[in-house]
Formats: sequence, C-alpha cells, structure tokens
Amino acid sequence: MATDISLKQTPLVMAHRASGARMVPFAGYEMPLHYEDGILAEHNWTRRNAGLFDVSHMGQAELVGPDHETTARALEALVPADILGLEPGKQRYTQLLNPSGGIIDDVMVSRGGDDGRLALVVNAAGASVDYAHMTSALPPVVRLLAHEDRALLALQGPKAASVLAEHEATLATMSFMSVRHVRLAGIDCVVSRAGYTGEDGFEIALGARDAPRLWAVLTGEDDVRPVGLGARDTLRLEAGLCLYGHDIDETTSPIEAGLAFSVAKRRRQEGGFPGAARLTRELAGDIKRQRVGIIVEGRQPAREGCAILDPATGLRIGIITSGGFSPTVGRPVAMGYLPPTHAVPGTALQVQVRDKRLNALGAAMPFVPHRYVRAR
Amino acid sequence: MSSLRFTKEHEYVRLDGDIATIGITDYAQKQLGDVVFVELPDVGAKLERGKQAAIVESVKAASEVYAPLTGVVIAVNEALPDTPAIVNSSPLAGGWFLKMTLAHAGEMDVLMSEADYNAYVETLG
Repeated sequence: MATDISLKQTPLVMAHRASGARMVPFAGYEMPLHYEDGILAEHNWTRRNAGLFDVSHMGQAELVGPDHETTARALEALVPADILGLEPGKQRYTQLLNPSGGIIDDVMVSRGGDDGRLALVVNAAGASVDYAHMTSALPPVVRLLAHEDRALLALQGPKAASVLAEHEATLATMSFMSVRHVRLAGIDCVVSRAGYTGEDGFEIALGARDAPRLWAVLTGEDDVRPVGLGARDTLRLEAGLCLYGHDIDETTSPIEAGLAFSVAKRRRQEGGFPGAARLTRELAGDIKRQRVGIIVEGRQPAREGCAILDPATGLRIGIITSGGFSPTVGRPVAMGYLPPTHAVPGTALQVQVRDKRLNALGAAMPFVPHRYVRAR
Repeated sequence: MSSLRFTKEHEYVRLDGDIATIGITDYAQKQLGDVVFVELPDVGAKLERGKQAAIVESVKAASEVYAPLTGVVIAVNEALPDTPAIVNSSPLAGGWFLKMTLAHAGEMDVLMSEADYNAYVETLG
C-alpha cells in the first residue's frame, strides 16, 4: 500500500496496519479511520465494553515556571478557566482565546504536583499555532516545552476501569478529571480519567517508544478492541462534544459554544483574559447565536454545512457544524448554531440536505447521557 | 439468462431481458462502510449515463452513485429505507438500488465484464 511521505506517523502505525486499519490523512498524520470491524461495530463496542484509541497526533506540551502561581497566572492571561485554583492531581478543560473572544484552540490542562509545571494537550492541527501564540505571550520565567516524543492512548467505555484496575488497582478510584502518575505493565504513564466519548474512561500519556508495548498489552485484553477516528467522531457527536475547526473556531466564543461551564466564576468577575468584554456581554444575555443539538426526522443524515431553516418563514437561520447518523440513538443527529430565539430544545426546525428540506427538532445535548465517574 | 457488467465508479448492472438492475459493488460497500441511508430517484425519473442516480450515506460520508446507463427508472428497492445495511450484507442481491429501462443497448458494451472489473479492483490495492 502506498504511503504519503509528507504525512507524520504516530508510534503505533505498524500496530494499526497489523490490525487491518484503513489509514487516512488527518491533521497532517496518517491515522486509522477504522479497523476490520468498521465504524459502527467499533462505536457500539466502545459504548458496551472498552475501545482503545491512538490519539498520539494530539500535541503534548508543558508550561514550566518557578512555582504554580507564576505558571498559572501566565496561562490565565490566555484562557478563561481558573488555573490558579487547579489542585495538584486535577485536570481542567479550557480554550485559548483571541482578543475578540474567539477560540484559537481548546486545551486540556493538568497539574501533576506542586512544581510550577502544567501539562497541556492541544489539537494536532493547531499545535504549532498554539505553541507560537503561547510562547509570544508568556513571561520570560515561564517556558513552553513541546514534547514530540510522547504518545497518547485513550481507553474508553464502561469496562475501561476494570481493564486498567487489573494493572493498577488505584486507578479504579480516580475521579473524573483527575490525573495520576502510575506504572502500567512496567511503563511510566500519566493517566487522567477523561476522554472524548461521553463514557467513563482514561487517557494515558507515555513515552513514544513504550507505546507499542502498552497498546499490545491492552488490545490483548478480551474487553478491549482498537477503535479508529471514525467512531471517535460519532461517539463525541452523541456526547455533544465540540470538534475544533467544525463546532468551534476563531469566530465562536466559549459562551456561544455552550462552554460557559468552563469559564470560571472568579475569571468572570476579574476578567484579565482575551475577549473578556465579549464573554461578559454574552453571559449577560446579549448573544447572537448558540450551539444547539438537532434531531432530524427520518433516517437521512444532515451533515456539516447544511443550512438550518425556520419552518415558519423558510428562511435560513443557522448552519450545521457536525452531523451524522447516531448509532446509539438510531437516528440522524447534528449540532449547529442558531439565534437564541430558536435555540430552545423542542423548537421546530428544518434542515436543507441537498434539494430536500427535512423536518427536525431542537434537542438537548448530550444525545446519549454521559457516564463520567465523579465519585471517589 | 442475465449478464453482469460494472463501471469504474463501482456500480453494477444486471441485465435481464431489457430491464437493468443497478446497485453498488462489494468493493464499493466495503469502501463506504456501514450504510445508514440511500436517497433513491423517483420511479419514472429519467437517468443519464454518468450523471447522479442516487446518494448513499454511510456512517462517515455521503457518496454519489452514478447512472451506468441512460434510461427510465421503473422500480426502486423498497427495502432500503428501513434496512439500508442490506447494501453492506448483500450488495449484488438484496441490496440493489433501482431497476431501469435501457435507452441505448450499445451502452452495455462499454461497461466492464466481471473479470475485467475484478482485475481493475486489484490495481486499486
């Protein structure tokens, strides 16, 4: 099979090929779209058992400063989350914002210990832009280290905890959005209880050269099967989670995108992050559009780029940013942006799919309930 | 006695007398993955060879299906709306898309035989 030499590869490319993966270009990497079972089977397997994803294309970096307060304040100048109050062993979701409050990228931030370091995971496509943006804004005492020699695995699904507990019993008691250094199969790993599927699950950061061994150990478990990017997309869509470059971008604010939960109270009061004026205005109700869920009648999927219409007037009132057939719901679902007048679940809508106008309804997200484990 | 012919775009034509049954090949369904919806033309629609005849939606994307022949649609597969996965499980039998008349018998001659099509698919890797 031909290989595009301009594409980067993760440390697991040989394992993917050996598992019959269909490899496709994604964000500059050669990535598995699906394996022999196909997207639908991999999706359902993850909802019922445990799916193992290679997400090593994502950017891993660290901010390194003299102490937590200095590093946290440096990052808080770029994001609207409470980083100062992030406790050791905890992880937080936030966004790098531009001066008009648009999203440059969405980011996971975790604090390992009490050493002035913060670990970041950013999107593959945005990594170089993110790093340049942060580096230009950081004070001299805080450095950004990009870790190109790291891999990232995600083990997601209701059996993920029992699988990992066989290797490290303490992982079963971790809470959602916490992070811990452990050894799995003798390999140093940083494990967080988080993911991108709506299921309970873990993300495992480790050295690139150790990744094939851990991948082999985990895929050797009866409850685990490898899952590709195709099912990753259908799973996150059902979970109502944003995909950067589609549902969020430089024009959308976290408030429009329904990410207000990640804009901390203290930051709302104090400001001091890019676009604070816009976010404050939008939080007070002066908002042009909001991300909504949509369920389409019938079986025909309405995908990204389809117009959303007001059935009363036939006028175009918004656009779908992600959409497809939901294997779990058994119907087409979508997300998109609508003015607040039409952003209420239950609102009658239409979506334009080629030459057809399909009836649809505004719907609450997630389409499939989250099953995060918050208790200790 | 029926004859089976194929296009480079992975449609098949099964000719029985003067009625052609159209669908997509096993290679095509494997490439598309799990089919969730098929948009079929209306019975009576005129199809033109090489122009869009149907759209097949898989979990990952929408793909056009082109008319391998010129003619008029006389039937569509009523099983597809409720059980689109039959395109994956039985593309050359239960998963057919439509039946059409054949306006120009000569159009069959430019299509590939099964042996030629299989050889062509081999080159696609």
